[in-house]
Amino acid sequence: MDYTIIIGLEVHVQLTTESKMFTSCGTDFGLPPNTQTDPVSLGMPGTLPVMNGKAFELALKTAIALGASITPFTKWDRKNYYYPDLPKNYQISQYDLPFSTGGWLEIPPQKDGSGGGRCSLTRVHLEEDTGKLTHGAGGFSEVDLNRAGIPLMEIVSEPEIRTPQDAKACLEELRLTLRYLGVSDCEMQEGSLRCDANVNIHIDKDGQKIATPIVEIKNLNSFRSVERAIQYEAERQYEQWQRDGKTIKDAPKQTRGWSDPDGITKVQREKETAADYRYFPEPDLVPVVVDEAWVARVKASIGELPFARRKRFASEYGLSDYDANVLVEQGQDVADYYDAVAKATGAYKLASNWVQQDVLRVVKERKIPIGDFPVGPEALADLINRVGRSELNTNQGREVLAKMIDTGEAVDAIIEAGGYKMVSDESTIVAAIEAALASNPKALEDLKGGKKKPDAVKGFLRGQVMKQTGGKADPALVGSLLDAKLAELTS
Amino acid sequence: MDPTRSTAVTLLAEMNSGAISAEEVTRAYLDRIDRLEGRIKAFLHRDADASLEKAREIDALRRAGGPVGELAGVPIAIKDLLCTRGVPTTCASKMLATFRPPYDATVIERINAAGAISIGKTNMDEFAMGSSTENSAFGPSKNPWDEERIPGGSSGGSAAAVAADFAPISLGSDTGGSIRQPAALCGIVGLKPTYERVSRYGLIAFASSLDQIGPFSHDLADTALLLKIIAGKDPRDATSVDTPVPDYPKTLDTPPESLRIGLVREFFGDGLDPEVDAAIREAVRVYEAAGATVREVSLPHSKYGAPAYYLVAPAECSSNLARYDGTIFGHRAENFDPISPAEAELPVLIRMMMASRAEGFGPEVKRRIMLGTFALSAGYADQYYNQALKVRRLIRNDFDTAFKDVDILVGPTTPTAAFKFGEKTADPLAMYLSDIYTITTNLAGIPGLSIPCGLTKSGLPIGLQLMAPAFAEEKLLRTARVFEKATDWHTKRPGLV
Amino acid sequence: MSMTADEVAKVALLARLRLTPTELELFTGQLNNIVGFVEQLGELDTANVEPLAHGVEVHNVFRNDVRGPSLPREEALANAPKRNVDSFLVPAVLD
Ligand SMILES: [Mg+2]
Ligand SMILES: [Zn+2]
Repeated sequence: MDYTIIIGLEVHVQLTTESKMFTSCGTDFGLPPNTQTDPVSLGMPGTLPVMNGKAFELALKTAIALGASITPFTKWDRKNYYYPDLPKNYQISQYDLPFSTGGWLEIPPQKDGSGGGRCSLTRVHLEEDTGKLTHGAGGFSEVDLNRAGIPLMEIVSEPEIRTPQDAKACLEELRLTLRYLGVSDCEMQEGSLRCDANVNIHIDKDGQKIATPIVEIKNLNSFRSVERAIQYEAERQYEQWQRDGKTIKDAPKQTRGWSDPDGITKVQREKETAADYRYFPEPDLVPVVVDEAWVARVKASIGELPFARRKRFASEYGLSDYDANVLVEQGQDVADYYDAVAKATGAYKLASNWVQQDVLRVVKERKIPIGDFPVGPEALADLINRVGRSELNTNQGREVLAKMIDTGEAVDAIIEAGGYKMVSDESTIVAAIEAALASNPKALEDLKGGKKKPDAVKGFLRGQVMKQTGGKADPALVGSLLDAKLAELTS
Repeated sequence: MDPTRSTAVTLLAEMNSGAISAEEVTRAYLDRIDRLEGRIKAFLHRDADASLEKAREIDALRRAGGPVGELAGVPIAIKDLLCTRGVPTTCASKMLATFRPPYDATVIERINAAGAISIGKTNMDEFAMGSSTENSAFGPSKNPWDEERIPGGSSGGSAAAVAADFAPISLGSDTGGSIRQPAALCGIVGLKPTYERVSRYGLIAFASSLDQIGPFSHDLADTALLLKIIAGKDPRDATSVDTPVPDYPKTLDTPPESLRIGLVREFFGDGLDPEVDAAIREAVRVYEAAGATVREVSLPHSKYGAPAYYLVAPAECSSNLARYDGTIFGHRAENFDPISPAEAELPVLIRMMMASRAEGFGPEVKRRIMLGTFALSAGYADQYYNQALKVRRLIRNDFDTAFKDVDILVGPTTPTAAFKFGEKTADPLAMYLSDIYTITTNLAGIPGLSIPCGLTKSGLPIGLQLMAPAFAEEKLLRTARVFEKATDWHTKRPGLV
Repeated sequence: MSMTADEVAKVALLARLRLTPTELELFTGQLNNIVGFVEQLGELDTANVEPLAHGVEVHNVFRNDVRGPSLPREEALANAPKRNVDSFLVPAVLD
């Protein structure tokens, strides 16, 4: 490949607030059209906006968490353009004094170890969401203003991303970070996380760098489409350049929409009038002054973020990068859960196995948050510790856990009622071995005659012995006593 | 007694003593309106039954001995850019001819809670853009002193309503002089409070950083009372200020401790009518006789007030009025077929918006939207809009400097008395200059007051303007009261019978 | 500066105002007069002057994030120039 892809992301995130950015009506998704409006969100004549303090605080938290520098004096501006989903025909946004600039996001490397690294951010700013337009019948579009005025945070990256895979990873990491921060639910399906990508390519030709015209890709509705669309667009731009030779100097920025079913980008209708947003200070809002004490207070409220947590899980608990990532990327509540189990057992790897295999499986099957998982981290740690102390074998542990999940009863009660105490009494196990041999005479013959591999025969007999004890025998003890018995019989 | 020759304060005394009922008062005003409104055209919308109904409620409250509000039973006229729930609110524009807001403006809530009786919504220049009410889409109001002359604007209907005794008090709004100028031309008192002394929630915006609601009345006692009721912090207006609201009526009659008056030199230049000039100088002598020290002061950037204003206000209006595009509310054109080859290129949605706005707005509104759009547009914003904001700072600094040496600034409210219909309609710029003395206070955000101070030989009212530092309304009213007590201009009524 | 009729037409499109040829001519003249008038601001040296966007300078005014009622849909749609049972209707937006 003789070109480099230059990618910058522009992400819009709805903040999780009870009320809209500038008025008290709700922010729910999926309501019947136009049932979540009030005079302010309809842009009615005479109405005025008043800033939602929580929205500002959440945005501030994000910017601080992303290492951005906080503007001590920030103000609001009007971005003027006519569109039916924008009731006032101006969007209250931030222009020359956004509340934060800079910052960065650490992108984790790909599974094969390639890619990843730091992506710088240009700015984070706050604005209001628009309503929704749907194409109706009879030459009309329907306007639904339920979404109009929901607090929206815009995060713009520098064009520092170089592969479609990293673009996807960057967006995923951003989502994870925002979810850890609790500032947004980031559901792409519901539109609470939306991403546009600015893409062009730098072609190496005879030692010269040639940049193609920049394309803004819209309509990226999933993480996969971010990756696919950028890949497609890079190839398309290369072919286009081979055909017409146009560079960034010859053509203005173009907007193209991604069509997921077709797997292509298509030119979106050119704007009828050149965009001239005529920004000016919003006279209905007052500026915000953020002092150091405020920043410090918000900083103190920020917990450990995914990138740091992965690192710690690897260094403190000795987990593989893979395991650390699985636990972290499920979300903060899962990572917290694991953290608690790991700390209470000291058996970090074992705790990771239990959480990944036994807890997450059920959580996923039942589609519940881990907070609703019936067995808390202390109870799971207790169970794991019992296995560690050989009070239960692993299979018993699993069964007990299953009953704890189903009944919600305490571990002791289940062990008691189910008779799950592990059998470690030698005479009982020896009796079970003898019974197993007696009912399977062929096994001993096979072993003596060398017809089957000794390990296979031993394995079969071990299973029979476990069966005789109702699965309760200490597996280690069964192994050593069986070995001894067979040695005695075959010598 | 004839209640329509009264003031709010005297009516309240009569009603509280039981001498007259709110229903009788309201009926008297309604009868007078019925008789004379055809000549004055102060109103765009009235609902006599609703007014009487409210009056009867107030009477019942009074009879029951229950607490009644501070304006209980007082009729009030309301500029038709203040939103009234379920009641037409048109801004005198075809655009909003059928608009009924689903909510009340904060000032409307406050006067309702005080027991005032809305007597109707008053005429104005469309979207408050103008100085004569000639820009009303529904025809102009007449000056009760001379029906061939304009009542001033943009709050011309509210001023005419009080001058014609259709209501003892009314509410207007002032973006560049729209209360003070019509008050002066109609011979009544008009106050533009400090910016954000009164909540703007529910005031249909013209220029948000300049608009301010204020009272009209015959005398300062009524001004003080109405201001006290409408002023104060409103959680729905982020820019409203929570500075405490003084008890203006209580202190009104106490002369100010300090009476240092500054005469604004720049307000006495070319274009000032000699009769107006003489009346203002006579007013100054009244103050001197009352013990004031009067000196001339300079506001050196005054002449830049109008040009700065005609950039800032149109810029904000171009954005504030963008919402009227025929989509969510307001007028939508029936036919938006292309009228030119260029239009044929445009999507139907844009043609709908363009046609709706072309039909819905009058020429002055279009002119200001165009001017403001231009002033904010790429490549021009620095030279025009941003330069105007800097000049605005210089104008504010002028006032700050002046108020170091004087308590109150005075000058004429308008360069001339009321002019005739059509006199300035052909030349927008000439019309703009009729606000030349009032504009700078809006840019600076300070309060300004116009009180009657004389009549021309042909019997037209002249207004004296007083200006005070931000939030010094109390001092402003008390200083004006010194003049009111020493003269009887505020008792003069037009011979409208 | 002085604006040509073409430039005025561009501003009109930006402002979504349909102008007839007569209006365009009239407005071009009037706007040029007004622009000529406001240009006297250029006489002032404002290099070191902070812009003043607002009459009163306050800051940090927030509301609490508390949910309030929505308008009943019928009230929300009551002023719509064109609507169906649940939405505002506008001429089709092609994209
Ligand atoms: Mg719109
Ligand atoms: Zn945005």
